[in-house]
Amino acid sequence: MAIEFMNPLFEVIRDSDRCIKCRVCERQCANEVHKYDADLDKMISNEMTCVDCQRCVCLCPTHALKIRPNENQFRENANWTHQTMDEVYKQAGSGGVLLSAMGNPKDLPVYWDRILLNASQVTNPPIDPLREPMETKTFLGKKNQGITYDENGKAHYDKTPYLELDVPIMFSAMSFGSISKNAHESLARAATELGTFYNTGEGGLHRDFYKYGANTICQVASGRFGVFKGYLDAGAAIEIKMGQGAKPGIGGHLPGMKINDEISRTRMIPKGTDAISPAPHHDIYSIEDLRQLVISLKEATNWEKPIIVKIAAVHNVAAIASGVARSGADIIAIDGFRGGTGAAPTRIRDNVGIPIELALAAVDSRLRDEGIRNDVSVVVGGSVRSAADVVKAIALGADAVYIATSALLAMGCHLCRSCNTGKCNWGIATQRADLVKRLNPDIAAERLVNLVTAWDHEIKEMMGGMGINSIEALRGNRLMLRGVGLTQKELDILGIQHAGE
Amino acid sequence: MKKVYVNEDWCLACHLCEFYCAAANSGAPDMVKAFKSGKKPVPRIQVEEGSDVNFAVQCRHCDGKACVKGCITGALSIKDGVVVCDESRCVGCYTCVLSCPFGCIVIDEEGHRIQKCDLCTKNHDGEPACVQGCPNKAIVFEER
Ligand code: SF4
Ligand code: SF4
Ligand code: SF4
Ligand code: SF4
Repeated sequence: MAIEFMNPLFEVIRDSDRCIKCRVCERQCANEVHKYDADLDKMISNEMTCVDCQRCVCLCPTHALKIRPNENQFRENANWTHQTMDEVYKQAGSGGVLLSAMGNPKDLPVYWDRILLNASQVTNPPIDPLREPMETKTFLGKKNQGITYDENGKAHYDKTPYLELDVPIMFSAMSFGSISKNAHESLARAATELGTFYNTGEGGLHRDFYKYGANTICQVASGRFGVFKGYLDAGAAIEIKMGQGAKPGIGGHLPGMKINDEISRTRMIPKGTDAISPAPHHDIYSIEDLRQLVISLKEATNWEKPIIVKIAAVHNVAAIASGVARSGADIIAIDGFRGGTGAAPTRIRDNVGIPIELALAAVDSRLRDEGIRNDVSVVVGGSVRSAADVVKAIALGADAVYIATSALLAMGCHLCRSCNTGKCNWGIATQRADLVKRLNPDIAAERLVNLVTAWDHEIKEMMGGMGINSIEALRGNRLMLRGVGLTQKELDILGIQHAGE
Repeated sequence: MKKVYVNEDWCLACHLCEFYCAAANSGAPDMVKAFKSGKKPVPRIQVEEGSDVNFAVQCRHCDGKACVKGCITGALSIKDGVVVCDESRCVGCYTCVLSCPFGCIVIDEEGHRIQKCDLCTKNHDGEPACVQGCPNKAIVFEER
């Protein structure tokens, strides 16, 4: 046997005083880490395959388990870190591109944490959300400017399609294929109950979920999987995916082994074939081309649905967004570089794109400067982790946010970042029937509703503190924000002042 | 009357219900003590495993035509709809074990008497231990 150069990443610590040998950990670990040894009458572990998903820890009835980083370390080296060396070993062993899942885990600046919110004192009293009305409803789409009145004083305006959100939070695109059917159902049911929207991702819409159409955003991506008239008609809006924050400039690849009967039917591709989304849309090479697709989709759906164009936050995002705003799209979604993914080349995930906070501020300012901010709504995603992030995003200029990682966490994900292995122990990023079963939508939908409801309460509390009683009044209200520990350049891009100013 | 029902779609065959049942009925204050002091307690619920479908079975609290009628000492009776066993009267003839069509009556850890699910009426208040311990709502305690 060849020498294994890498060590296990984690250690399984089992407290034998507590372990009752129930074998629950063994049954629940799809990576086959735990095993009962009848001769020794003992549970033993093979840590090599442990991904630290915490499934066994959460289910062990006696709390006998701990998963810890492996204490065995290579000789310390600030340049050649353990991880860097492991990656070299891995590639020397496989000869392949490194793959990763979920968002960029690198220690790069999180601007949300460097921005502080204001609160009212003395002269402009705060509002108590429990006693006074507070509005978190919002609308996405073009904001019509031109209202005219006829001789009878009746108002006339062009009504363009829009989305009505009871909370300024939507679930962003995750395809059926990258996540399980039960995960999709949980998102669909939660969005319906919350009065918001979930997004099909590029994998089409399973026939069982057409009934949630009023709360569904149907995505059209470069692979055009599962796109047909019925699909376009099914949702409340259509999203054209140009890019994704976790892997800007890269397409997608769902391996053939995951294309089972259901997925093949939903994506409209043969069973067992790789589902490859090209990096570009092969019919879009300019804003004019994008406009054609926007118009075609509007035409196909009788001009009844708003069109979202989703782009990744990259260097020229403001100019790109300006172009998108002129393409006829109703909503621009921008996805930051910390956004999640089911699988991306590690180097792309960790090195391409820019932080969503800067991208949002730049786009909002640019659209305002050009006088076209009201032509589109702006939705941002890419690691919105809490209600505070939502409030800061809206104050920076967003109309609403997209969450996905937080939604997955609500369903049980522990960010082990092994979605690409297809063996998600929580039944989320897998198509293995025995694992998918672990996610009961009755439980997961309720947890999603709880999460967003809790955030909604917190948003109201923070807005109340600032003396603001509606999302409309918070949007783009950068005076409510102050930076800490940021350079003048960063403050300029964010369009905010430093704390104390 | 509230009973324990099975949602076989969601059963993972994790067997946690068995352990929570055994511990709850052992009289020990916690799971570790229940399993680590002397004889291992026997659960009153059992998980049946198939390749695609699994489910947990315990006493259905049916009309007791088989087990209650068959009991030679009158140890089994129906109280408020719950089929219960008065262990002090059970002589271990196992007539009920043979006659329960669901195979829900088991022999206790000593091997002298039977034990069966009493919906946790003797050990617990509130929800049965197995239902509380199930991670996926594959068994529920409800009125139907
Ligand atoms: S789940 Fe916990 S108690 Fe059960 S065998 Fe594993 S470590 Fe032991
Ligand atoms: S992979 Fe997950 S379930 Fe398996 S041992 Fe590691 S933490 Fe536990
Ligand atoms: S605890 Fe629930 S999921 Fe696990 S075996 Fe029992 S009934 Fe099935
Ligand atoms: S209800 Fe109580 S006694 Fe009956 S199977 Fe469940 S845990 Fe055991």
